[in-house]
Order: sequence, then structure tokens, then C-alpha cells
Amino acid sequence: MTPDEIRETVLDILSDIAPDEDLSGLDPDRPFRDQLDMDSMDFLDIVMELRKRYRVQIPEEEYPALASMTSTVEYLTPRMKDIPKK
Amino acid sequence: MIAVRPEDHRIVITGVGLTAPNGNTLSEFRESLLCGRSGVTRYETRYFGQTLAGVCGFDQLRHQRRKDLRRGTRAGSIGIYCAHEAIRDAGLDWENVDRSTVGIYIGVTEHGNVETENEIYQIKEYGYDTQFWSHHHNPRTVANNPAGEISLNLGITGPHYTLGAACAAGNAGVIQGVQMLRLGECDLALCGGVSESIHTFGIFASFHSQGALAWHEDPTKASRPFDADRNGIVVAEGGCIFVLERFSDARARGAKIYGEIVGYAMNSDAYDFVLPHPDRQAECIELALRRAGLNPDDVDIVSTHATGTTTGDVQECLALRRVFGDGGPTRFNNTKSFIGHAMGAAGALELAGNLPAFQDRVCHPTINLDRLDPECDLPGLVANQPREMPKVDVVLNNSFGMLGINSVVIVRRV
Repeated sequence: MTPDEIRETVLDILSDIAPDEDLSGLDPDRPFRDQLDMDSMDFLDIVMELRKRYRVQIPEEEYPALASMTSTVEYLTPRMKDIPKK
Repeated sequence: MIAVRPEDHRIVITGVGLTAPNGNTLSEFRESLLCGRSGVTRYETRYFGQTLAGVCGFDQLRHQRRKDLRRGTRAGSIGIYCAHEAIRDAGLDWENVDRSTVGIYIGVTEHGNVETENEIYQIKEYGYDTQFWSHHHNPRTVANNPAGEISLNLGITGPHYTLGAACAAGNAGVIQGVQMLRLGECDLALCGGVSESIHTFGIFASFHSQGALAWHEDPTKASRPFDADRNGIVVAEGGCIFVLERFSDARARGAKIYGEIVGYAMNSDAYDFVLPHPDRQAECIELALRRAGLNPDDVDIVSTHATGTTTGDVQECLALRRVFGDGGPTRFNNTKSFIGHAMGAAGALELAGNLPAFQDRVCHPTINLDRLDPECDLPGLVANQPREMPKVDVVLNNSFGMLGINSVVIVRRV
């Protein structure tokens, strides 16, 4: 998966987790939490969905890497480069 | 003679919010009960397959976001819808109500089965690997969930909890509300019952294994208490939440008053897991009447619990004959014949469906009574067509459940 495909994947997950939010204007460099109505349970949903959809395992101590779109894509790129997009 | 209570011990119903398989407001529900409209339809559920159920069609997005629906439970949504509608119906100045003085007491027959079944179904896809088990499971399945979701949605900071009381739960919620108001634990009580039970295949499968699940080619005829051809229960979802407050408060704010809860009782059969005990049911009714200071003949309408099982209906009739005798003025009806058995919501919904009778003086019937079971031949049974009454001042609502839990609520016109 390319970084762009990873970004699309994360957006797809976010659209499920935050179905009432408009994601079109999401600033990739600002934390999700500052832009979306999301709490810790929602962040766990990102972790769970990546695990369910792509079997990506994210250790708890690395959860802070999922703060913003840019940091999430950077973090996931080496971990998902060999996984085909669904 | 009505028992005289101190002013602040008189508890009245000032708001009703409900969703039933045949109506999403009290007026819709009442209209359905008077025109014979059933809410039972064909229904398919995981593993069990084709069956029948009472399914609600309320607008879930009226008071919740899609995210809330994703995170919460169906029981929570039903409760939130009913609570909002009850508050609106009560005409409360909600923005200025001190939310710390509101108590939420919600009866449930069961809770957590739906959510647990869903999770197990989903991890099956992952070879039952529990690392795919949702972190939402615990907050969805804690027993207080339906009441807690109401608290979260409405910002209510007073006490909230559910009452697990099998199919007596709707009445149990109401009784808890009355008691907490009398104790001064709250100034407004949101109380009643909810049921999401049609979303668990287990309840259908278990009733079926017990030989107690109804079937009829015409779904609207499947729920037929007291009829000789009855063959079991139609499971339904639904909810009904009342706003209760002290009569003195209701009068001071000029509230519309549906009725006063003048008596209640709960007791236990201590007899069997599933079989009811008519003597204990009769004692429960008699205790409620005694507390209300009423005689059986003072009761205009008895809202029966009968679910359409072979044994249960007969047993309740034995209890009713023991208390009300033969040939008295009391009339008997049954709301499950329209909507099926709404489990934790049943007692509250069945009470609500009878409240408009204080105004229109009509007793809605029990429908689908084509061939009366002689053992269920109550002289005052209102069969198939509504009956106009000379007066309706007192309604008595029966609600009984498994493990031998009995409840009775008596409401009087104010």
C-alpha cells in the first residue's frame, strides 16, 4: 500500500468511526482530536479496525503515533507497504 | 375509600414517551389499540431463521447522532427516544430543570445478550481470536447501560440504574420511581422499561425449545392470549418511560396529569423457574389494592399480563377470579395481543396504553380471541372490540416474570 492508499484507508476507517463528521477539510498536520469529536474509545477503534481489516498490530506504547493524519501515515507506511489495499 | 397520603407522597404521571410495534407516541399507540391494529410482523434472526416479532420503527436519529448509535445499544436508543418524548410530553422547562434532581429507573428483562451474541458472531470471522473482541463490549453490556445512555444523552446527573425484573420490569421501574420520589432521592423520575430482546436469537431459540414461541401464518394473529388456539409468546421490542413527579410539584406548575399511582406491590412465587403461581399473583394484586385503599370492585380495568402461553394465561385467570370473583364490574383487557410481549417494556407499555381510558372511557380489547379457552373465561373480558365504559377511574396493571416475580401497579384518575 502506498502512503496515499494508507491515507484513504485511514479516512475510510474515520468515516465509520465518526459518521457525523465532515472529513473533507481535515488538516493532515493537526491532531484528529482537535478537529473531530473523538475520545480514547474512538482511537481504540482505529487500532481495532486496522487490526481487523489488515492484521496490523500496533503496540499500546505506539498509539501516540496515530495523533494526526500525517503522523499516522508516516507510522503505517513501513508497516503496510507490503499489504495490498482492499 | 382512597388511602390518604401526605401531599408529597402523592405521585403522579405527567409525561409519557413510548415506542411500540404499533405506535411511536401515546396517541398513535392508543389509536392502534382502539382500531385493532397489530404490530406483529414476520422477522428473521441470526441462526434461528424465520419467526415473528413486534418491531419498532421510531426515528433513532431524532435524539442521537449516527456515532451514538454505533457506540451504544438498541436498548439505549429506545430509552433515549422514550425519555426525550416523555420530557417533551410533560411540558417541562427542561433547560431549567436541575439535572441532579432527576432519577432514571429503567426496567429490563435482560441486557447484554444482544451485544455478546454480536461480538461472538464477529470474532467467529477471526477464528474466535479474542484480540478482535471490541473494547465497546463492556460499556454496552453493563447492566445499567440503558439507563446510563439516557443519563449521558440528556446530561442527567441524578441516580441512574436498571432494574432486572424479568417481564415484571416495566412495572418495577415505575414502582422504583414512586419510591425514590417518596424518599426524596429525586424530584423527577424517568421510569419504565425497555426491551431490545428481538435482537438476540437466544430468546427466540429458548422460547422455542420451551415450546412457548408463537407461530401463525398471519403474524397479526399470532399473539392470542386467552384463545384456545394460542401457541405461545411473540417476542417484541419497545420502550415506555414515564415522567413521575410529586402531585404538589405537578399542580404547582400546572402540569397535565395522566393519573396518580395510588398502589403498587411486588412479591415472589418462590415456586418455579418458569411456571407462575396464581396464589402469589393474587396476593400481589390484593396487597396493591390494600395499599391503595381500594376494593376489587373499585377497579374499572385490569390490564392483564397474559402472554399467550398455555399455562400462564390460565394461571393468571385463576388469580384474577380469586381476587375479582365472577360477575363484578371490572373489565379485563390485554395489550400483548396487539404488540406481542415487549419483555422489560411490557408492563410500562401496557399501563400507558390504558391511561387514555381515563379521558375517553373506552376499554381497549384483547384481540384474536376467536375461540375462548373455557379456562380463561373471565366474565369481564373485553374481547376483540373496544368497550365504552360508564366510568374509568382506576386501572390495575399486572406484570409477572420468570423466577416467580410479580408486580402490580394501580393508577387512579385525578
